[in-house]
Amino acid sequence: MAGWKKPEEMTIVGKSYSRVDGPDKVTGRAKYTYDLKFPGMLYGRILRSPHPHAKIVSIDASDVLKMPGVKTVITDIKDEVFFVGDDVAAVAAVSEECAAEALLKFKVKYEVLPFTVREQEALKGDIKVFSNKEDNIGRVQNREEGDVEKGFAEADAIVEHTYHMNVQVHNSLETHGCIVNWEGDDLYMWSSSQAVHSERAGMARHFEIPENKVHVVAHHMGGGFGSKLGIKSFHPICARLAKKANAPVKMMLDREEQLLAVGNRPSSFQKIKIGAKKDGTFTAFQLESYGSAGVGTGAGVPQPYVYEFPNYKIDHQDVHINAGGSAPMRAPGHPQANFAMESAIDELADKLGLDALEMRKKNDPNTTRQKEYELGAEQFGWKNRPKTGSQKGRVVKGMGVGSGRWGGGGNKNTKAIINIYPDSSVDIKIGTQDIGTGTRTIIQAVVAEELELKPEMVQPFIGKSDYPWAPGSGGSVTAPSVTTTVKLAATKAMETLKGHVAEEWGIPAEQVKYQKMKFSGNESSQSLSWKEACALLDGQPVSEQVQWQEGLSDSGTAGCQFAEVEVDTETGQIKVTRMLGVQDCGLVVNMLTAVNQVQGAMIGEIGYVTLENRLLDYETGVMPNADMENYKIPGAKEMPDFNVTMYDESERGVIGLGEPPAIPGVGAIANAIANAIGTRIYELPITPDKVLMALQGKEGN
Amino acid sequence: MGDLKQTSGMSRRNFIKGLGGGVAGATVITATAVEAAPEGPHGAKVVGPGAVKIAFTVNGKKHELEIDPRITLLDALRNDLDYTGTKRVCNRGQCGACTIIMDGKTVLACSILALDADGASLETVEGLADGDKLHPVQEAFVKHDALQCGFCTPGFIMSCVSLLRENDQPTLEEIKTGVSGNLCRCGTYPNIFKAVADAADTIKKGG
Repeated sequence: MAGWKKPEEMTIVGKSYSRVDGPDKVTGRAKYTYDLKFPGMLYGRILRSPHPHAKIVSIDASDVLKMPGVKTVITDIKDEVFFVGDDVAAVAAVSEECAAEALLKFKVKYEVLPFTVREQEALKGDIKVFSNKEDNIGRVQNREEGDVEKGFAEADAIVEHTYHMNVQVHNSLETHGCIVNWEGDDLYMWSSSQAVHSERAGMARHFEIPENKVHVVAHHMGGGFGSKLGIKSFHPICARLAKKANAPVKMMLDREEQLLAVGNRPSSFQKIKIGAKKDGTFTAFQLESYGSAGVGTGAGVPQPYVYEFPNYKIDHQDVHINAGGSAPMRAPGHPQANFAMESAIDELADKLGLDALEMRKKNDPNTTRQKEYELGAEQFGWKNRPKTGSQKGRVVKGMGVGSGRWGGGGNKNTKAIINIYPDSSVDIKIGTQDIGTGTRTIIQAVVAEELELKPEMVQPFIGKSDYPWAPGSGGSVTAPSVTTTVKLAATKAMETLKGHVAEEWGIPAEQVKYQKMKFSGNESSQSLSWKEACALLDGQPVSEQVQWQEGLSDSGTAGCQFAEVEVDTETGQIKVTRMLGVQDCGLVVNMLTAVNQVQGAMIGEIGYVTLENRLLDYETGVMPNADMENYKIPGAKEMPDFNVTMYDESERGVIGLGEPPAIPGVGAIANAIANAIGTRIYELPITPDKVLMALQGKEGN
Repeated sequence: MGDLKQTSGMSRRNFIKGLGGGVAGATVITATAVEAAPEGPHGAKVVGPGAVKIAFTVNGKKHELEIDPRITLLDALRNDLDYTGTKRVCNRGQCGACTIIMDGKTVLACSILALDADGASLETVEGLADGDKLHPVQEAFVKHDALQCGFCTPGFIMSCVSLLRENDQPTLEEIKTGVSGNLCRCGTYPNIFKAVADAADTIKKGG
């Protein structure tokens, strides 16, 4: 198998190039699921629970069905609801307005049950989150290596604190939603999806119909960040409405539903103890943690994160509360682990009088990251970092650093079909989807690179479950899965095309050479252009299906980020002023979209650390900030200066990039704040009120 | 203030409450409520609950339509006229994804009743390009990769076009202020800033 050419030999891959669907997206031509309309289409809405925990005693939909625009209802979804926003009933009507109005006419009798939205309370177990589950404990993890007692005994300094991370919500701008239409026994679903194949399988399983009867389409989708990786409860509800009404039904959730019901990053409470020797060498790490994924699971944290501890002990438990379940969110668990670990390390470094970066270098086993620390420190001007808390005056500055790792890597089951047509055009079909990372663009680029064509000669077709299987766009596996597979497809198609040319010339195929859109043989008369060679195909395209192979991709990334902040000690306002990301991801396929991906991830970190917070009122279980003003995400005014350095390890092949840069800055920003104000805030998000409280506490000492 | 504005009989706030009613149990302004709305002062005409005729131009093209008086300009554009480039994201004026230009000023189409656009001249993202030739702001967005998923992009582009009409050489701070009403979740702001600065230069050169 031919590997990737050297970066300097490639004309497209590794360079910066605009995305192929850019013009469609900037003109409004790109149609998202939200934008589609079909003849006779109805609008579906879900009636959602106003109670955090209740039995549904009865649902009377008679007034709903009397409404002229209402076509059908569903009232048998479930008999117990577990959070505010849980599914109760559903309606399909002729217009969005009518469907919204219909929700008000359901008469539902609830038997309200005890609930809790507080993790600590749920841990006690007096209140049952689920009626049929004895305790509220989810997954429990216990791991141990070495001897922590011995490790702490060897330490010259120990720090111990509890860190609390609140819940972050994905908030993709296109909310979750789908349109379902049944044609006979075949289910067609247009979906704002990160995983068309997984949704095909999920719908088939749910309705117990063959997988070949389900067809999922996601042509363009408005962001997911992990929350759209498979079917949720609304998908089958929409399909049931469509079946009952015998019409296409569109069900797009609104912003409030998105914030309540379709996923989030779990909370985390981590009591961490770390110890180190005078020279900074870590001796032991101990974690006692719990966290809540609401009614779901997945609040674990991958501690001890990144750094090497000869002795460690981890005790974690997931605890359920009456809140919407989690969904994977950009590097699930990692930002939580990073915040606690990086914060603890900085405290220990200050305690031992060591430089925070030197301490990391001493304990980080990853050779790539070691080089990234050097590079980043130089670029960022780390030597100018003030001593923690040494600054006077109203506005104080600080710097921080943090690290991250992620797996990524290709999925061996990925497949693609390529066609080279007699008119010399090319298409490639692969059942992946573009969630905004530029997947469509890199598929076109890789095939064009391999066939030495102009990108516009290659038409990429993605976003359909009827195309060959590709994994969901999660876990940073897309680029290493799809680029590898489409490159192999192009290679194989070229071999076949060379075979046709060889036959024409009567020479062995291996004697046919191809360069710069020209085929040549042994004699000067043996010369054909790309177009002429394709014309030999006599009406039949070259068509090849291939599967992913090892050798063109890799897994495992390393990155570090640096942040600088200014804090106004009068108002508590935090301004992130500069950030630098140093990130490896193997062979960069498109420098323009790669840097965009890293910057975007860093902006997400700013949100997580300084702004975002899903609040739940403990007396009612209601989320009081379920909109985009009171649940704040970063905006233009929060933007620092960004610098991104892609650390070149192109010889490793392609590795994914969605997750890795969404981690290191979390600790870096938190550490920069602590460095600036001279005291630490142990709870995210770090907001002005907490800064003022912390400063007051410091003065109190 | 025109007659229609005085008599539409409901506030945007109440209409929004209705849409969120599934969870909050808030009241929706129903047809009955509209009917019961008091007459406006000075004998103004009450419209609704049936369809109301309005007319406006979108990107220079005149549209006459009959609308449910409750609907927003955003829904009229998207659902009745299929101008789906303008996006609905928060539906309450918090994110800027539905930014369009109405009579020369940017407005949030989700926060205006369609009735109140009667007689207006509207510009949407679909009207910026001249055939295949993109507007300099659109061109710069593609060049600088000032988008990822693209769902916020139409709103940002309309804000940027409007900004550059008012200020043809904005500073970085002025660009940030100009797009501060627009939110992007993928995190493309740094590239948007570059794109606006570049588009400003292109426009200045007569591009």
